[in-house]
Amino acid sequence: MTAPHALILTAPGTNRDRDVAEALEQAGATATRVALHQLKDPVAQLRSAQLVVLAGGFSHGDALGAGAVWASDVSTHLADALRSFVADGKAVIGICNGFQTLVRTGLLPGSLAHNATGSFVCKWVTIEPTEVRCIWTEGVHQRVHCPVAHGEGRYIADEATVQRHGALRYVDGTNPNGSVGDVAGATDTTGRILGLMPHPENHIFPFQYPRHHRTTRYATPVQQSLHLGLALFAAGVRHARRI
Amino acid sequence: MAYDARTLGITSVTRIDMADLWFFAPTDSDLAGPGGDGFDPTTVIDPAIQIGHPAGEPLPERLADGRWIVETAKIPGVTDPTADALEHVARSRGHRIRAASGKRFTISGPTERSDVERLVKRLLANTVVERFAFGSIDAPFPDISGENTTVETIAIRALTPNALTSLSAERGLALDLDQMLTVQAWFITERREPTDAELETIAQTWSEHCAHTTFLADITFIDGRTVLPLMRQLRDCTEQIAAPWVRSAFVGNAGIVAFDDLVDIAVKAETHNHPSAIEPFGGANTGVGGVIRDILGVSARPIAITDVLCFGMTDVDANSLPEGVLHPQRIRDGVIDGVADYGNKIGLPTVAGAIIHDPGFTANPLVFAGCVGVRAVGRDTVGASPGDRIVTLGGRTGRDGIRGATFSSMEMDATTGDVAGASVQIGDPVTERLLIDLIDDAFAADLYTAITDCGAGGFSSAIGEMAEELGADVNLDSAPRKYAGLAPWEVWLSEAQERMVMAVAPDKLAALAELCDRHQVEWNDLGAFRSDGRLVVSAVGTCVVDLPAAFLHNGRPQRHLSAEASEVPAPTSGARPAVDFTDALLRLLADPSLRSNEDVVRGYDHEIGGRTVGRPYAGALDDGPSDASVVVPVGSAGVAGLAIGIGVNVCLGEFDAKLMAEAVIDEAIRNVVATGADPDRVCLLDNFSWGNPRRPSTLGQLVDAVEGCCDAAHRHRSPFVSGKDSLNNEYLGSDGQRHSVPPTLVITAFGVIPEVGLRLTSDLKTPGNKLMLIGETRNELRGSRLDRVLGIDPTGDLPTVDPSAPARYRTFHAAAAAGLFVSAHDCSDGGLAVTLAEMAIAGRLGIHGDFSEVHDDLTVAWFSETLSRIVVEVEPAHVAEVRERFGAQAAFVGTVTAQPNALGLGLDTLVRAWRGHV
Repeated sequence: MTAPHALILTAPGTNRDRDVAEALEQAGATATRVALHQLKDPVAQLRSAQLVVLAGGFSHGDALGAGAVWASDVSTHLADALRSFVADGKAVIGICNGFQTLVRTGLLPGSLAHNATGSFVCKWVTIEPTEVRCIWTEGVHQRVHCPVAHGEGRYIADEATVQRHGALRYVDGTNPNGSVGDVAGATDTTGRILGLMPHPENHIFPFQYPRHHRTTRYATPVQQSLHLGLALFAAGVRHARRI
Repeated sequence: MAYDARTLGITSVTRIDMADLWFFAPTDSDLAGPGGDGFDPTTVIDPAIQIGHPAGEPLPERLADGRWIVETAKIPGVTDPTADALEHVARSRGHRIRAASGKRFTISGPTERSDVERLVKRLLANTVVERFAFGSIDAPFPDISGENTTVETIAIRALTPNALTSLSAERGLALDLDQMLTVQAWFITERREPTDAELETIAQTWSEHCAHTTFLADITFIDGRTVLPLMRQLRDCTEQIAAPWVRSAFVGNAGIVAFDDLVDIAVKAETHNHPSAIEPFGGANTGVGGVIRDILGVSARPIAITDVLCFGMTDVDANSLPEGVLHPQRIRDGVIDGVADYGNKIGLPTVAGAIIHDPGFTANPLVFAGCVGVRAVGRDTVGASPGDRIVTLGGRTGRDGIRGATFSSMEMDATTGDVAGASVQIGDPVTERLLIDLIDDAFAADLYTAITDCGAGGFSSAIGEMAEELGADVNLDSAPRKYAGLAPWEVWLSEAQERMVMAVAPDKLAALAELCDRHQVEWNDLGAFRSDGRLVVSAVGTCVVDLPAAFLHNGRPQRHLSAEASEVPAPTSGARPAVDFTDALLRLLADPSLRSNEDVVRGYDHEIGGRTVGRPYAGALDDGPSDASVVVPVGSAGVAGLAIGIGVNVCLGEFDAKLMAEAVIDEAIRNVVATGADPDRVCLLDNFSWGNPRRPSTLGQLVDAVEGCCDAAHRHRSPFVSGKDSLNNEYLGSDGQRHSVPPTLVITAFGVIPEVGLRLTSDLKTPGNKLMLIGETRNELRGSRLDRVLGIDPTGDLPTVDPSAPARYRTFHAAAAAGLFVSAHDCSDGGLAVTLAEMAIAGRLGIHGDFSEVHDDLTVAWFSETLSRIVVEVEPAHVAEVRERFGAQAAFVGTVTAQPNALGLGLDTLVRAWRGHV
């Protein structure tokens, strides 16, 4: 069986594309990074892939608000292709700046505002899947440790949206930005598009965990690997194999 | 913001509201309306979190309710990413507009206009890069009309020495009389006068900043003693150490050392002091951008950033500052934002650094930015050949950053901000990110023969250096400009950011062009390398430069400087005042230079790349200080780790610059060794920030420091692989008072941890474990942090260099490899007490201290800053073996406990102090 293929979309200023490519490869997919401007015929070029990723970074410097310019470009050139991609049962994930972009295009509900603290923050958080159905969290029953690194990640939506679309939440008091309902990630009505602020792609090996050096003496590697962000990508790859 | 205003001494401010301003204009006069072609920018915003509306009628400077309106806008030509983004969005929707950005401040509180103006100048606008206006500001569009073809010829052949000196001053050339006379003599031989571009080219190439005239100077002491040029001493030192793993030292843009079988490591650190003093955000921002390009300039892929920042005291009274000097709080905020902005946006982890506060940095903050890169083993460029094309890549050229190299080689005064404004820029990390990816691919595909970055001196120095042997033909007409109206010499000299220059064989040009298109990098063919060594530059059909590269690079007169021997103050005896130990410990932990900078570090993305294994703050709650940060270089085998440690000390320099150098090298090496690095695999970067070297006493201290560097490097067998000197860090106040920085040497140590899984951290792990201090403690309180913090007059002895330290570090490494240590922490500023408190905080465990084996005098035991010491946590079963390995060099200092207190203080109290609250 050939490995599922992921297309990682970038804009000028995208900078976690290599990180997420490594995560997808680690999860069993092949990954290609492609700049949005190279998608001359998006529908055709997306056909070879089962997964599309909008990677993190500062697209166009986030000069008009996080993801605003990229979202404008995606809306103009790609939104229809993405909708038919998802309608074919394929899956999309937007991480950090990718999430901000998907929200601004309307492909995901809600908004992402400046962090409640007013500042950019880089720290590790703990997230867990909610009951909301999403292919990216299907079969993920454990909590995931991974870092956040953003200044505009406070999820804002009404209570009903949080209930219906909040697919990942911060736990253990680690909400870094004041998101309502501790929402760390949101999905669309199909459950095949996920956007999230944290970076599961930066926890694909146990050694990446900041307290790894404190736990190795007591925890077996198996216990540690339970909390890898890799789990989300593995779920996406499992879904892709079923298409 | 109102709070910031009050801390800057403008107490009447109660509230400041800020809004972004977007300006639009049609690209062509025949397009409709002031809105510019019907483009509706409000469609870009998210109405749930942003409000956008047309500006409406112009606002007066004061509203009916008494609030003031002040608007700011970027000076035309200053990097404006907001404008670029707006133009991009409009273009993608089929509109053609020009855009610009600014800010509107609505200010409540002040009744006097002068208060508002003070507020604007101190906090809201920096006139170096921004204009401001009371009420609505005019749209800030650069004048794009016309072409500037001015090539001026400057008559120098007939000038008297006095007139030459004035010419150098008027044009900001920073050439001394000796150099001016050499230039004059050369043009007399050539029987012609120089053009403006030629004179500027020579000035940039010969500047202190580019040519290191002081570090290459012959130095004679007043007593007749001579010393080798300082650069020569440092290079000789590295050659004599002859470490087989050094691939390239003091050549090109960065030092290169072996890491493992797969990759080499490229390392470099730079200073960006003067720009940061007058435009803190832009100065630090472009400092980071510049040092990343140094790594790109050796074809390595950047993987991590470091920053060491020195500021004045943030509680200084704003009204006591010398004229033209920004408040240290504002400098600090701007610099930190500038580092974060560049590092976060370019997508490199900022992994290691330090922040120092000292009154000596009030007028001259210091910003040291470093970068690490990786390059496949055995890969390098072959060098340019005649006929290779000269290709420029990246950002466009504008009137920004003109004469930066000469500016940074001069002292500053009250007018510097106005005069040197054009030298300072705002960076564009997105453009540089694209360059990183492009160069990575172009290097892998072997598409170029040589590469260098456009830094100080712009094209003139980048192309000038590449053409040092061959010469070059350059035509500036095709160089992409940000706007029209630049004179040829401005294009040639501009230090506009985010540009690189490549030498490309003609048959590789098409492949490079395709790659540039894929990566959205603008490129341009400026000409070709010659073979006769002449640098010929033309523009608008005129020859603007025609100089032999040999004259440019070797024609500089040798500088002779005189130095005065420093007097090392004799130890003073006398009783020390009694110290309240716990109170002193808390004050030390809270000292601005010692306390936690976690709030700053959390504003830097230090996780990106997924290879930062040892974070700057780590431990039970991720908030204890690490001695060194550890990264696993991407592309390496993944077994070894690279430890990055910093050494800096601004207390000792005023007593003994040589000792200071010895101490900071020992500290930098100790930091990486305490993290598990092999002492036989440590290389160093030296970065000097000093005052005016023409003052013999200042030069004497510099000579001392270099001597200390070489002695310490030899002793530890740790070679320097690159360095940078920043001199003339002085500020001449309008009162005639001279403010110089304390002699400051920043050492960055890079060490290889053979097995990254065996690295050591500073957080305590298990109650019941024993704490041992490795290294003898002596009564060396003079120059200590304790004396600084308590304001005690210097008494007693300075620290002394311990010749046995290198051997001890090797014993330490062997013991660590044998698994004898559970944790380890360097003992430096604040002494043993601070070290133990930090270990307790990091592990959130207590310590039952017992210093009877350390020193009879408890003040010494707690606070002495004897060099070369490390505290380790040891399982009880291993204590005997540790004693056996280290003998009298190991002292028992306490036991790890589960009770949340250490050294008589509760953990909560220690944590609060460490976060700055006493």
